[in-house]
Amino acid sequence: MSGAALRLQQVTKEYPGGVHALRRVSVEVTGGDHVAVVGPSGSGKTTMLTVLGTLERPTSGWVEVAGRDVAAADDAELAGLRAHHIGFVFQGFHLQDTLSALDNVAGGMLYTGAPASERRAAARAALERVGLGRRLEHRPPELSGGERQRVAIARAIAKRPPIILADEPTGNLDTAAGRDVIALLHELSCDGATLALITHDEEVADTFPRRIHLRDGEIVQDERA
Amino acid sequence: MTAATVRPGWTRSASRLSTPELVRLAIQGIRTRRLRASLSALGIAIGIGAMVAVVGVSASSQANLLATIDKLGTNLLTVSPGQTFFGANEVLPSYARGAINHMNAVQGSSAVYQLSGVTVRRTPYVPAEQTGGIGVDATDPVLLGTLGVELASGRFLDGASARLPVVVLGAQAARTLQLERVGGHLQVYLGGTWFSVIGVMQSVVLDPELDSTAFVGLPIAERMFQTQPNASEIYVRAGVNQVTQVSNLLAATADPENPDGVQVSRPSDALEARAAAKGQFTTLLLGLGAVALLVGAIGIANIMVISVLERRGEIGLRRALGATRRHISSQFLAESALLAALGGLAGLLLGALATWGYALAQHQPLVVPVYALVAAPVAGLAIGAVAGLYPAAKAARLSPTEALRAT
Repeated sequence: MSGAALRLQQVTKEYPGGVHALRRVSVEVTGGDHVAVVGPSGSGKTTMLTVLGTLERPTSGWVEVAGRDVAAADDAELAGLRAHHIGFVFQGFHLQDTLSALDNVAGGMLYTGAPASERRAAARAALERVGLGRRLEHRPPELSGGERQRVAIARAIAKRPPIILADEPTGNLDTAAGRDVIALLHELSCDGATLALITHDEEVADTFPRRIHLRDGEIVQDERA
Repeated sequence: MTAATVRPGWTRSASRLSTPELVRLAIQGIRTRRLRASLSALGIAIGIGAMVAVVGVSASSQANLLATIDKLGTNLLTVSPGQTFFGANEVLPSYARGAINHMNAVQGSSAVYQLSGVTVRRTPYVPAEQTGGIGVDATDPVLLGTLGVELASGRFLDGASARLPVVVLGAQAARTLQLERVGGHLQVYLGGTWFSVIGVMQSVVLDPELDSTAFVGLPIAERMFQTQPNASEIYVRAGVNQVTQVSNLLAATADPENPDGVQVSRPSDALEARAAAKGQFTTLLLGLGAVALLVGAIGIANIMVISVLERRGEIGLRRALGATRRHISSQFLAESALLAALGGLAGLLLGALATWGYALAQHQPLVVPVYALVAAPVAGLAIGAVAGLYPAAKAARLSPTEALRAT
């Protein structure tokens, strides 16, 4: 694996009202690594993910994603980076209830510029990889929580992004479904994708070879198995 | 990075959204909120519908009027005595009609002679002052043909009956006297004696004054009322292509000694002016339609603002999936424009339907101007685009993390 997929240097993120979500955080994730960011709520881990996902710019410090200097990029360039290089998985799934699983997943590739037929083919393949090959035409309300999160994971991986960012993907699931989802994420990312996952659940974090512990916006521990 | 086995064609890492995809997104956005979409498009539909109906109804009645004019012909001219410089009435010479009839391009002519002081009433017991506004004219048997008017019932004067005490009533005169159909032996009290009613005319569009007139033959008028053979009005049918030439020569022909005392006019001009005036009246109603449209536009803007607030999650997700700010704003703009364009189409349909109903009720031809077919949806599109500007900008400004946190 080559170089750093994600790199933060002295990153501080301050919100209006003087809230310091991140304080001079420096971290480097090698391409292909699987990293868990662990911490209680309010520790700044979600902010770290949104900064890594280029959804937010840091107040100060330097961010590099997939070899790109985020500070130097404009809105369209960052959008392009997200469209092609980053797959997001959210706690709340963020699926459109009126669309089928297939359309939800295909919609995840909308902004890549791939033609519709290609998007649908990739979506079908991704849904088969997450084990929902028989649920293509089901709408989210017809699926269980675990299945919905699988659809969301399929949406994130359909475009085969080198970086997958997951924000508490097990937060809305029961233990068994959560375990399945984590196993699936590991499995799907084992072909060289970088996986960064945020959780407050130590049990989930224990499945990761590298765990970064955050508290009050600072890295308190960076352990590697 | 070995994982990035991206296909050629989208290997360049730009964020893209093609126009067909944008339209598809807009349709999807509207389809998922059908009730709200149709309610907010209703304002535009009503505004455009009102405007189309106004334009359609006025175009239909205009077309009707023009069709009537066409049927009656635009080659009818009238010659009447004018007024002197001091306001006194001029008199046409008795040979005026004969002279006009000898003109080359004149196809036919007819004259009426006003019988002043002669009234027509149902019975002698009706006071003489209650004329009901009906005048009495003497005329010749060719009046009907020259005017191009038909009889509602009975027959018109001819060479024989023009010498007898018989009368033909104009349409309004017949209504006033309550003699709308001729049948049996009907008489009216005309100028102190009984006249038989032999016919009732249909209304004369080119000269409505004739509608409230009773016509008797010139010979009997001369005999009974000492009518002078100075026409009060001469109707002239000119060759269709020579109307202007004839019109220019009429005054001098009718009264060579005093052509300035002769008034020549073309009744179809007045009708055409009326048709044009009808068109102008619609401006006011169109203004009202525009107000409805403005209200509709505000409604759409309102709904779109609410929609943006409700769909913050979707906006955040799209940004995470790689949408640029511009993609987000164009999505909402397209949705708003499409919504209003659909409203415009519905309005076109409503307006055409209203026009059709009106035309049917009024026995008029159905006319919806061609430009309305294009203008209605295009106007909707433009209004929607303008109404969507603010909500679209608001959606684009939304921070993706804030948007994601919202749901």
